[in-house]
Amino acid sequence: MAPDAPTARASSSLAARRGGRGDAVFSGLAKGAGVLVLVIIVAIAVFLAGRALPAWRVEGWKFFTIKAWYPDAHPPLFGIAALAFGTLLSSVLALVMAVPVALGTALFVTEIAARPLGRLVGYLVDLLAAVPSVVYGLWGVIYLVPRLVPAERFLNRHVGFVPLFRSQTQTFGRSVFAASIVLAIMILPIIAAISREVFRQVPKDNREAALALGATRWEAIRLAVLPYSRSGVVGAVMLGLGRALGETIAVALVLSSSFEISLRIFEPGGNTIAANIANRFGEAGALGTQALIASGLVLFTITLIVNITARFVVTRTGIAGLARP
Amino acid sequence: MSKRIEADDVSAWFGAFKAVEGVSLTIEPKQVTALIGPSGCGKSTFIRTLNRMHEVTPGARMEGSVTLDDEDIYGPGVDATTVRRTIGMVFQRPNPFPTMSIRDNVAAGLRLNGVRKRATLDEVVERSLRGAGLWDEVKDRLGKAGAGLSGGQQQRLCIARAIAVEPEVLLMDEPCSALDPVSTLIIEDLISELKDRYTVVIVTHNMQQAARVSDVTAFFNLAGAGEPGRLVEVGDTPTIFTKPQDERTEAYITGRFG
Repeated sequence: MAPDAPTARASSSLAARRGGRGDAVFSGLAKGAGVLVLVIIVAIAVFLAGRALPAWRVEGWKFFTIKAWYPDAHPPLFGIAALAFGTLLSSVLALVMAVPVALGTALFVTEIAARPLGRLVGYLVDLLAAVPSVVYGLWGVIYLVPRLVPAERFLNRHVGFVPLFRSQTQTFGRSVFAASIVLAIMILPIIAAISREVFRQVPKDNREAALALGATRWEAIRLAVLPYSRSGVVGAVMLGLGRALGETIAVALVLSSSFEISLRIFEPGGNTIAANIANRFGEAGALGTQALIASGLVLFTITLIVNITARFVVTRTGIAGLARP
Repeated sequence: MSKRIEADDVSAWFGAFKAVEGVSLTIEPKQVTALIGPSGCGKSTFIRTLNRMHEVTPGARMEGSVTLDDEDIYGPGVDATTVRRTIGMVFQRPNPFPTMSIRDNVAAGLRLNGVRKRATLDEVVERSLRGAGLWDEVKDRLGKAGAGLSGGQQQRLCIARAIAVEPEVLLMDEPCSALDPVSTLIIEDLISELKDRYTVVIVTHNMQQAARVSDVTAFFNLAGAGEPGRLVEVGDTPTIFTKPQDERTEAYITGRFG
């Protein structure tokens, strides 16, 4: 005990504390960062809207229904119907393929595997995220597509009555299906990594409660882990969807672009907004560029809607929502 | 509906660390057996070997034998999940399933056993909640979240959940240590009622609690930090608290350490 300790305490207890300036700086920085994000989003929206306006004047509401892309022709004809459809179709297919595998991996890593093996698998999955998307695209078009053709042909021959598996041209290959597989692999790590962290957050008490009731491992996962993690997993899936919607170069490389709205996912063709921008930007004229920016604005809006929906779903189904007495 | 547990020379490890050594203890049915002792003496670890919850922790293992009315719960072909259905457990921190309603929490064990009939479930839910002394407080809000109850109510909900599957034995690992005195008292009264139907084993670091609720008390101790916990002495609760045989027991119950 220093003899002057009480005096020091007395003099500092009512005066402004020394941490005051640090608090102000920190609060300013945090506020600035928060505002900056908002400014950036608004700036992007304003830029897109401003540049898209001339293109919008040309086609008007038909921009949403036309299935063609000739903005620099005379007269110009362009619309995002087929592009938006292709974007949503390939992303949804990718989700259908990626989500079960991602959740399975995350559960394996956190709940089932012995710790060293789990860590290794987790690390390998994270590594998938480090592969550049152009490499995925090249792998997709050079390696995957040729090997996919026999499988597509087989499914077409035997279960071709399913609309998805039809092919009017009896050709297969650089299809929406192939692009979706590549997308699925690309969004797998983000969904798996976030789900893994979410599953890790589940308190040990919950699991033990289930096990002590005589639950098997799977039953404990179903009773204690999955319900508790639902909102986090929804968030992970939505982030994956966001990435799939916006993925550009891999899709541009794999698809042989077409402007048709078709559910025949084995046929070569299909296109997405992002891939179309990548393919056409270099050769686009003045109106062509504005048209591409207009399509970018649509993609931006779709992603925004996905994110807002995700937010909504998360808050509605989250622990907070359920645990309310 | 209550059976005798016999632990014979039970030792338990977490990885290389030996937490419990050579515990032999017979737990009689329809009695409350309290396990007391200082922190780290292995009483919680030991109680978890009685329903095979110890092995749930990664790296944990045990040696020795535990029988339930002469049936080896670690025997070949014995399924740990079946053991845990027969020997229920209540934990230190109340752990109702946070996403489930009160009704679903109590019915969880039955659903695991494949019971789907609404009438049966409703009946068992009411009986178990009455058994846990919680029915009157929650009967009007069975559909509400179990996590919305107070701590003491949550713990009674966990007791209801454990007794809903009609176990032979009820293990309680410091069930009151996270609760306020009033809730503790309610749970203690409940324990006295539960022993009419179940074999009850309770771990507690609270000697007064052991004296209040138990018929038999087992005192665990450890020689020093890092040493495994051992069973020092077991006997009728009044005897342990008035005329202990071992001087370490006496030192502990008179508050000289622990």
